[in-house]
Amino acid sequence: MNVSVDVLVALPIVLPLLAGALSLVFWRSHAAQRMLGVFGSLGLLVVSVLLLFATWDHGHLVMEMGDWPAPFGIVLVSDMLAAIMVVLTGIIGLATAVYSLSGVSVRHERYGYYPLFHLLLAGVNGAFLTGDIFNLYVWFEVMLVASFALLILGGERAQMEGAIKYVTLNLLSSALFLSAIGLLYGLTGTLNMADIAVKLAEVEDTGLVTVIAMLFMVAFGIKAAAFPFFFWLPASYHTPKVAVSALFAGLLTKVGVYALFRVFTLIFNHDVGYTHEILLWIAMLTMLTGVLGAAAQFEFRRILSFHIVSQIGYMILGLALFTPLAIVGGVFYIMHHIIVKANLFLISGLTYQLKGSHELKQLGGLYRSNPMLAVFFMVPALSLAGLPPLSGFFAKFIIIRAGIEAEAWLAVAVALVVGLLTLYSMVKIWNEVFWKAQPEGVAHAQPASGPLIWMWLPIIGLALMTVMIGLYGQPIFEMAERSAEQLLDTSGYIEAVLGAGYVEALQESRR
Amino acid sequence: MAFVVGGLYAAAIYMMLRRSIVKLVIGLVLLSNAANLLIFTASGLTRGAPPLINAGDVLPPGISADPLAQALILTAIVIGFGVLAFAVVLIHRAFEVVGVDDMDKMKDTDT
Repeated sequence: MNVSVDVLVALPIVLPLLAGALSLVFWRSHAAQRMLGVFGSLGLLVVSVLLLFATWDHGHLVMEMGDWPAPFGIVLVSDMLAAIMVVLTGIIGLATAVYSLSGVSVRHERYGYYPLFHLLLAGVNGAFLTGDIFNLYVWFEVMLVASFALLILGGERAQMEGAIKYVTLNLLSSALFLSAIGLLYGLTGTLNMADIAVKLAEVEDTGLVTVIAMLFMVAFGIKAAAFPFFFWLPASYHTPKVAVSALFAGLLTKVGVYALFRVFTLIFNHDVGYTHEILLWIAMLTMLTGVLGAAAQFEFRRILSFHIVSQIGYMILGLALFTPLAIVGGVFYIMHHIIVKANLFLISGLTYQLKGSHELKQLGGLYRSNPMLAVFFMVPALSLAGLPPLSGFFAKFIIIRAGIEAEAWLAVAVALVVGLLTLYSMVKIWNEVFWKAQPEGVAHAQPASGPLIWMWLPIIGLALMTVMIGLYGQPIFEMAERSAEQLLDTSGYIEAVLGAGYVEALQESRR
Repeated sequence: MAFVVGGLYAAAIYMMLRRSIVKLVIGLVLLSNAANLLIFTASGLTRGAPPLINAGDVLPPGISADPLAQALILTAIVIGFGVLAFAVVLIHRAFEVVGVDDMDKMKDTDT
């Protein structure tokens, strides 16, 4: 494998870091920071698409940092799942960067919005691409620190309250994650994920391995906002600027889901009957509580926040069923969800800009005044509920099909009911925001900090993407299929990272 | 060491369950230190044997302490320090904005 391809693996991390550093250099020039925001994330998208193609052609791409050979050095690994996630990060990064042109005020920019924005993208990409468990922790922290600061940008009362809950639970999860890494290191003496997978297969004390697996499950469950650890999410996601909410909604919880996928396919696959059974129950309860929580809410972004929770359930369901088709469904669901959810948040921001409120009671009449916005709301909303021919239908269809094949009838029933309740919630927003007449005397358009076209463009782009995934889903499905193959056949990953013959050599030396 | 780690975890969780936000942050400090000590203990303690390699050799003589675990702890301490500094500033700002030091009074964004 030639060198130039491997370098691609590091670029999605280096590029945002560079853009972030340059934004700091141009601290006083808001125009330069905005340009960097858009072109930096555009560059990230281009690089990530190249990475996706390279990964498609070559299989696993591995880069050893500083040329220290694995398992001693830190490796960056790009398999299909990681590459797909990086591309999605690029898409959401670009969409929010364009949206921020008019969605983020100069006051927020002065607090350092753009440098933090780039740092967050770097952290997210790092978490997707690393092949080292302690490095994963470090990237988590990079991402968290950036998200903490973005969350409280502006310093309003609600933001402070939301941030305290968010910071506490995420630090708790990091501490659990760190403890789990410590125990895992004590057990295997290595931090490289592929090497851990090899050595863990030989550990005889499987009880202890299961304990560590549970610690990881709780730590990533908190990050992914799975039941019963999701309370921080609806308490904080609706407080910051909408561009920040959309970024968080699209990416942050999905990093937790990605980590669950990675760890529970590669490392902890020794006792599937036990760990994945628990995951199955978590998934079902997550779906149910999320959607029921949403039904009780009457604030635009809070409803959407609760729906993030319920959708996380579907992804974990895909992992929990642990059949090839279910993993395909889970990956497909992640792709669909990131695009749709970020778009819904952006739409809520545009609604706020036009009507000056997030409360459903104070909104109304948007169908009359902005029929186009209503159409572009319908696309992601119906996709979220899973109506054909939009992307959500196929995502749900694959997972439910996998559930039927695995004869997990209860999970299938829950998934179907939750789909229906999601539709109820979306119709509620539709009725209140778009259909009913404008309530008297509460409407005030908010002054935007730029032309509204910058808010429209990402919404239209993401909505078109949703439709495209629905209509031409075949290539997306094939990508998800390839990533599921790679996730379930761990020998490919291990061989790519450690080199062919490593496992045999290890067994030889033990003898 | 195991008892120290256990005690730290217990104290951290006790502090975090209090309503006061200041105690919450103290709990977080204790928790991150507990995790660091856990790594230290779990990776095996070796007394008085630094991992120094004699000139010309490729392996240290005999059994020596594991430097990697200490590198991990060092990284975790640095990260923990940064994050906790942020948390302290956050609760200070939150106290200024909200005016109470009581989690029960901070329910505006819930439900």
